[in-house]
Amino acid sequence: MHSLRVPAPSEHLDTLARRPSVDAPAGSRARGLYSSFVSSARLGRSFAAATDVAPREGEWELGGAGGLPAGLRRDAMPRHVAVIMDGNARWARRRGLPAAAGHEAGVRSLRELIDLCREWGIGVLTVFAFSSENWVRPKAEVQFLMGLFERVIKMELENFMREGVKICLIGDSLKLPKSLQKVFVDAEEMTKNNSRLQLIVAVSYSGKHDIVQACKTIAHKVKDGHLELEDISEGLIGRELETSCSEYPCPDLLIRTSGELRLSNFMLWQLAYAELFFVPALWPDFGKAEFIEALLSYQQRQRRYGARVS
Amino acid sequence: MKAAAAVQSWKLCGFLRKCLFKALSVGSIPSHVAFIMDGNRRYAKRENLVEGDGHWAGFSSLITILGYGYDLGIRYVTVYAFSIDNFKRWPDEVQCLMDLMVEKIEELLKTGSFLDQYGIRIYFIGNLRLLNGNVRIAAEKAMKATASNNKTVLLICVAYTSRDEIVNAIKRSCEDKLDEADAFEGNEDIKGMNGQLDELEVLTSPSNCGVKRVEGVEMKNGIFKHVEQGSHQEKTDDIEKMHKYPIIKLVDIEKYMYMATRLSNFLLWQTYCCPLYAPDALWPDMGLWHLVWAVLSFQRSYSYLQKKKHL
Repeated sequence: MHSLRVPAPSEHLDTLARRPSVDAPAGSRARGLYSSFVSSARLGRSFAAATDVAPREGEWELGGAGGLPAGLRRDAMPRHVAVIMDGNARWARRRGLPAAAGHEAGVRSLRELIDLCREWGIGVLTVFAFSSENWVRPKAEVQFLMGLFERVIKMELENFMREGVKICLIGDSLKLPKSLQKVFVDAEEMTKNNSRLQLIVAVSYSGKHDIVQACKTIAHKVKDGHLELEDISEGLIGRELETSCSEYPCPDLLIRTSGELRLSNFMLWQLAYAELFFVPALWPDFGKAEFIEALLSYQQRQRRYGARVS
Repeated sequence: MKAAAAVQSWKLCGFLRKCLFKALSVGSIPSHVAFIMDGNRRYAKRENLVEGDGHWAGFSSLITILGYGYDLGIRYVTVYAFSIDNFKRWPDEVQCLMDLMVEKIEELLKTGSFLDQYGIRIYFIGNLRLLNGNVRIAAEKAMKATASNNKTVLLICVAYTSRDEIVNAIKRSCEDKLDEADAFEGNEDIKGMNGQLDELEVLTSPSNCGVKRVEGVEMKNGIFKHVEQGSHQEKTDDIEKMHKYPIIKLVDIEKYMYMATRLSNFLLWQTYCCPLYAPDALWPDMGLWHLVWAVLSFQRSYSYLQKKKHL
């Protein structure tokens, strides 16, 4: 058994898991064709601006109000952050490691993100751990991931209780191994009164299926006479979605790592007005610096929801 | 002399553009592209124009991009012209946009050359009941006038939000199922809900205003196909296959190297797995190279997903 707080089991992982600093050339984090698109589309000034704006390592311990890094405003922090944790397998392949090593490294990134969200007053963090589409992956990898989820939740439960983290599962849990289902149920029950940070874990989740199951529930209610057709509204659908377990079901900010620019069937309804932030870094390389960049970008953007802000 | 030189230069540009499109066509061209036409007001402010002129510039940009897109081989284009949320804007601006829509529809129908050149069939998608009578009439006129065109399609989302679309889809599904239940006095099968949402009640179902839903739209198999299939994945019927398109969302000049954008309640259901692209330009600035980059971005995503599929 090992804790997330000590170096990962693999000997190589610790040395290889160094995250590139903010100052590193764009190419080290944004490889291949994507980096050329990004850098040419942004004409170079964007990266320079990013390095000017983002605090250097260690700088965030000083300045900022209430422990926030310099540049971030507490009143403009997102209430709900969602993350598509993409890139573990690619990260491992680039280092000549098995995919499992990438997922283990990904868990460390998640642990750090949970800590940051807790410290910086973000109320809800949703993570896309396993999509409904991921079931087609090689059986060995799927089994490893199921085992990893079980192991991590069991290990972290004590920390969650101490840190006030409330865990919720969304997705088609019936497809999960029985043991993992039980682990989630127990963890949800144990942490249900925690209130510092709600961690929503999307496993075997599909945004489309979420909408469909909400519609079916509503349709049943109409059929049974509990609801009139005229009562069907956006609010009603929102309340029937799986994310109704949260006080703030709709993310303000979505971060996707690894440079892929798509939603991949994640929380489609809920992301209608979310700020989407796509990071070239692979998930195991996503750290404090990248999260600060995302938050700074979020705070820069004026959220108008289609109306006019004078 | 100058005019002749200008004509020559124009012809040369056209030739070079054809060569560029031929080169791009070596890779996959998306069959359907959706645009969120954002930034007209900021463009007007930047250029010191009257606000309404920003929307006029945006319309010019639309026609230009449509031309490039259809020349490139993109068959279906959906544009987000006016959201239900936009009714919250100043009444003057809303009226200006409505007037612009009516005027431009009339103009396009009168000249006809652009629509005929590309054989564009126009659909207006959204809760058209929320529009003024004259805008609705103009929209219906445009749909009727282009009903026999069959080369390319332009879907204009007006008084639209994706969530509103889904709500209407559910209402219609429930209505239909209840009617069937009344007719046959049988137990209603809600399982059909899944298929109903796909057959789209959702996309291109011009809601409750009595306009017919899209019919007879022939969709080739999306070049960008479903990669993964889950057990609750809907049957890949024809309408589902058309939901593979990149969204091009024009955003503010972005300060950071990372790409930041938002969906703004546009085609949430339909774009569940499609590539997104957010160029560094306001909508009226949108030009040939932005489209080219978007298609290259799409081709990169497509080839990555194909590779992933075969891993």
